[in-house]
Amino acid sequence: MTATPQTDVASDPEVEKQWTTKIRKALVKALPPERLIPDRQPSYLSSWIYVFGALTIGALTWVIISGCVLALYGPTWWHTSSVGLFVNSTHLWSVELFFFFMVIHLWGKFFMAAWRGNRQLTWITGVVTFMISVGTAFTGYLSQTNFDSQWIATQAKDGINSTGAGAFFNVLNFGQMLMFHITLLPVAVLALTVLHVLMVRRRGIVPPFEVSAKPDATPAASAPAANEGGVA
Amino acid sequence: MSKTKTFKPDRDVKPWTGGYRPYDIAKELTVCILAVLVITIGLAVIFGSPDEKSVTIQSWSNANQVDFAQTAITELDGSSASATYGAPYNNVADTGQKIGPLALESWAGVTHPVDPPKDFVLGPLSTVTGAPGVQAALARYNAASPAQQAKWQKAYEDAVKNAKEVNGVLVVPPGPYGPVGPMIAYLTAMAKSGALDTSTVAQSGFFSTDYTKPLLFISDGAYLADLGTTHHLSGDQWGMMNETGSFPGQAWLWLYTMWYQVSPFNNANSAWGANADALIWALMMLLTVILALLPFIPGLRSIPRWTRIYRLIWRDYYKGRV
Repeated sequence: MTATPQTDVASDPEVEKQWTTKIRKALVKALPPERLIPDRQPSYLSSWIYVFGALTIGALTWVIISGCVLALYGPTWWHTSSVGLFVNSTHLWSVELFFFFMVIHLWGKFFMAAWRGNRQLTWITGVVTFMISVGTAFTGYLSQTNFDSQWIATQAKDGINSTGAGAFFNVLNFGQMLMFHITLLPVAVLALTVLHVLMVRRRGIVPPFEVSAKPDATPAASAPAANEGGVA
Repeated sequence: MSKTKTFKPDRDVKPWTGGYRPYDIAKELTVCILAVLVITIGLAVIFGSPDEKSVTIQSWSNANQVDFAQTAITELDGSSASATYGAPYNNVADTGQKIGPLALESWAGVTHPVDPPKDFVLGPLSTVTGAPGVQAALARYNAASPAQQAKWQKAYEDAVKNAKEVNGVLVVPPGPYGPVGPMIAYLTAMAKSGALDTSTVAQSGFFSTDYTKPLLFISDGAYLADLGTTHHLSGDQWGMMNETGSFPGQAWLWLYTMWYQVSPFNNANSAWGANADALIWALMMLLTVILALLPFIPGLRSIPRWTRIYRLIWRDYYKGRV
């Protein structure tokens, strides 16, 4: 009976030296499957405020899907098509919901001091994602090809120009704003959201203040390391 | 010898040794995505989205050709907002806002060149063929000395203040404005026909997605500003944060927009007001950095513990605990 190829590979010193092997091992060590997609959570996770992170992702999902449908037909389609107008309306309202949920999520995390226990980078990526989302929405408003986009462009130019950024970020240039809105900024928001969620999964959900006051059970075998960190 | 850090409750946590409970995050996420879809469709069906038609030079000049003519002469004589703007559109001395000694606005120089007399008036008129009167007026204007041109411009600017629209025709009181009268009259006719829209956009080639020039031209007139005020969109009405109609707009810009409503930024006669855009941007960047670095700022990072709102969030956990 011959050994399986997997066994050969696993025991091969040559394979162990590979970058691919080392990267895979580092990733699995940082985020083992039971921590990446946990089926249990610490018992203190019991509040509606926790739902707003998932709701933000839910809204982002529909922002992207409706935006992709608008992209299929071009930036002026929705002015002349009732279907286009409806899709644009779903795009608008999913964006409004996205910000509504995200701001509540942010305030919730603030009052939990969710940066404790080596979670500072998770907080920072959240804030940066929020700021880039503001820029993404802003360029979206500039890309509507209607009176609103004209008005916002002519009003916003003074603020942007005053920082010096107007030299290379011209809000009166529809083509440039559209490209920022549909490529550069959404990619950044999406990438940062993924990174943010992975960081949450890596560190787990922040425990309450004075959490060690009354330990009441032993973690289950498949539970995530919910609050590693200790003293930073 | 290793140094042991002291435990700080606003920075550190103790390892969780308590219980765990089943939690189906895949189901939670799926339900959230579907719930948002339902709410989104509901809002879209009930409220729709605003779509106020864009303003063109043609629609502007047809709606208010007196305002168009009054604006056009300021483009020709170089007194319009665009002509006196400075960087990044043109070289104008002593322009550009500052943050203390930092003149960021003018650091990169002119990167989107706009020459209003040439781009908005003389250039479009020079493309006209088959209109001898206009071509003669243009030739006379171009052949005149700058001093003579300035006299004609001043005379027209004074006269056009009292211009009227009579039976759809622009009527400017007579005056010593030489060829400038027929030039602006023909430019107005070009604008009303839509030719000026094409001319200002097409300056960068057949394919163009850059509306810098026509937008600057349109925004120099009173027509666009009046429309903005009608739609409750002007700067002192919380500006671009709003949308036309009764839609929430960019509500997340409330803090940025708020600074424009309060002293000292809303005092146009002060250095704060004159540099309000630059100063408010600097302030917002500072606040953003503070928000991002909150976990590292003693005092600020203690606010959650001091306010004790966390006890509401984790009320189940704190039940029975001191």
